[in-house]
Amino acid sequence: MEKTKMVPFHGTKEQEANLLQAIAEMKDEKGSLMPIMQKAQDIYGYLPYEVQKIISEQMDIPMEKIYGVATFYSQFNLYPKGKYKISVCLGTACYVKGSGDIYNKLMEKLGIAGGECTSDGKFSLDACRCVGACGLAPVMMINEEVYGRLTVDEIDGILAKYE
Amino acid sequence: MYRSHVLVCGGTGCTSSGSQQVIQALRNELKNQKLQDEVAVVKTGCHGLCEEGPIMVVYPEAVFYSRVRPEDIPEIVSEHLLKGRIVERLVYHDAQVPEGIRSINETAFYKKQHRVALRNCGVINPEEIDEYIGTGGYEALGKVLTEMTPDEVIQTILDSGLRGRGGAGFPTGMKWRFASGNRGNVQKYVCCNADEGDPGAFMDRSVLEGDPHVVLEAMAIAGYAIGASQGYIYVRAEYPIAVERLKIAIGQAREYGLLGKNIFGTGFDFDIDLRLGAGAFVCGEETALMTSIEGNRGEPRPRPPFPAVKGLFGCPTILNNVETWANIPQIILKGPKWFASMGTEKSKGTKVFALGGKINNTGLVEIPMGTTLRTVIEEIGGGIPNGKKFKAAQTGGPSGGCIPAEHIDIPIDYDNLISIGSMMGSGGLIVMDEDTCMVDIAKFFLQFTVDESCGKCTPCRVGTKRLLEILEKITDGKGTMEDLDKLEELCYYIKDNALCGLGQTAPNPVLSTLRYFKDEYIAHVKDKKCPAEVCKKLLTYKIDPAKCKGCTLCARNCPADAIAGNIKEPHIISVDKCIKCGTCLDKCRFGAIYKE
Repeated sequence: MEKTKMVPFHGTKEQEANLLQAIAEMKDEKGSLMPIMQKAQDIYGYLPYEVQKIISEQMDIPMEKIYGVATFYSQFNLYPKGKYKISVCLGTACYVKGSGDIYNKLMEKLGIAGGECTSDGKFSLDACRCVGACGLAPVMMINEEVYGRLTVDEIDGILAKYE
Repeated sequence: MYRSHVLVCGGTGCTSSGSQQVIQALRNELKNQKLQDEVAVVKTGCHGLCEEGPIMVVYPEAVFYSRVRPEDIPEIVSEHLLKGRIVERLVYHDAQVPEGIRSINETAFYKKQHRVALRNCGVINPEEIDEYIGTGGYEALGKVLTEMTPDEVIQTILDSGLRGRGGAGFPTGMKWRFASGNRGNVQKYVCCNADEGDPGAFMDRSVLEGDPHVVLEAMAIAGYAIGASQGYIYVRAEYPIAVERLKIAIGQAREYGLLGKNIFGTGFDFDIDLRLGAGAFVCGEETALMTSIEGNRGEPRPRPPFPAVKGLFGCPTILNNVETWANIPQIILKGPKWFASMGTEKSKGTKVFALGGKINNTGLVEIPMGTTLRTVIEEIGGGIPNGKKFKAAQTGGPSGGCIPAEHIDIPIDYDNLISIGSMMGSGGLIVMDEDTCMVDIAKFFLQFTVDESCGKCTPCRVGTKRLLEILEKITDGKGTMEDLDKLEELCYYIKDNALCGLGQTAPNPVLSTLRYFKDEYIAHVKDKKCPAEVCKKLLTYKIDPAKCKGCTLCARNCPADAIAGNIKEPHIISVDKCIKCGTCLDKCRFGAIYKE
């Protein structure tokens, strides 16, 4: 189900210039659509309609194909993420060590479901599949910071650091 | 010349537990004590024992320090590196390592391992091409280009008996031979599958992080063997450290003339580019992976035509998994007989497993094929924590199955695992104890497959969803015995009719748990009980009146007002109102609340 929360697009001229330059550099390589979309997401943080449109026009690729690729891969976001992106590993190793409880606790605490963002734009929550730190299971990440060997009781304290 | 080398692990596991800070502290302290010209600090790839990270090994003694923190560094430097006195309190010890053993190679975790694919991981600095060359790197490529014909290369790989390490176990040499026709006249590609999507498996990541050049060298060898000039590595974007090291490695190899035009002056051209995945499990399937490199939705397509005939951009392509590639240069240098001397009759060489779940030594292990599961779990893995009983090991991830305790003595190889209803898979090995509910695990994998099904074919898109619904019905306590039959029938239907490997193997977790743990399913259906006490809807929370002090803490915290009782008198949980959230159990200070 698509989330219908509309967030106004605030792209800057500078971001657009960066994107146009990236497209110009990569456009002629074989199979360059995905690398360009990844670059676009680096620049804007997500891939709103307006950004997809620029890629479509510059590369002469129809919008439906770009939208198709953007919605196929879980790493492309059509909506902006929170300032602090929380991802809880639900890989097998973390799951058998109780990461499901961590995830539920976060949903309860933040009042949002997986894939959503709190209304103040501060936290977004996602489940991810294995960050590869299975030795530290259960694991979650907040932006680039990794929290390992987690227990449910630690959640309040960790979130408080970001309040 | 340095008199001592300190190796600190820079793999993802140890980086997550703070190895960067340890390295920084070490460099600073060495400078403080003016030892920077005598002691070298090397940031290596994964040592395997991620559980004990950050890991540090001090050579020449090979002293193995574990869980090192930046605060420990001054002591290590002034005691060990300056005065030569080992810091005993930081030396790795576990129940199985007798006091007095300090060398990394003597520990139970490493003693039984045999490292081929991981030979350089944790040994060399992966960001320095010279260190790779120093351990014999790029010699195999030189040998192939100057002493062997392309057909001899393929024959060598065939003779070694190497089978694909990505899961299916197809003979690698055969794949290469299929793509070898018409050399020089058509465009061909060599691909590396580094889209390690099986949750709980991280051996490919460790090879890429710890020894990236081995993959580049092997791909160039294959390029020569089949007559391709371009390679692609498709790597998960979730592995930032691996991506970074691959970029560095490709840059250095080009600078040294080991990639690019006219390699070793032989007129052979070969170059490699990176492509990042974007989070789609199905892209680990070979046809989907190539569709994704082409810049499309990563949907699989029917085979034949096989990639060796019509692959990437419609050209003949070979695609191998990272671990497969990591074996190639050694086979060329040491010969196919050496490789074939390891392993079992039909599965040669070694296999890397990512050991995880309910096991003491979580981490990466490489063992000769044919080693028993018991050796892996009890000796290398150090057994199950907290004195719990082994219930099953899961291999092959969402495509695989469970190996129950009754088969723990089976020698691990491709064919044995298939015969007991599991599969080798890429090498995830998750250990489960008596607290793991097998119906819940089957449900967990089905949730994964439902999420990751690309939606192209109906048996997978709709079939896995129906499987999941039946499993949910069972774990909710609403299942019937007919549901179990339906479950099995649907599993076989999906297996026979799905388009790609993902769909065809998706029912395996259900089939294998049904085969070995049917009693657990029946307990859920008939008795409405979850024997492992995992499935929440089947649990009832109760208060032991003998232990309850009537402190009212549980009643005050219960979100559903389901607990009643007077102060200083035993409380009671109302079964009708209880939402089974478990808050009371967590809050009770007297251990009076239990579930059954």
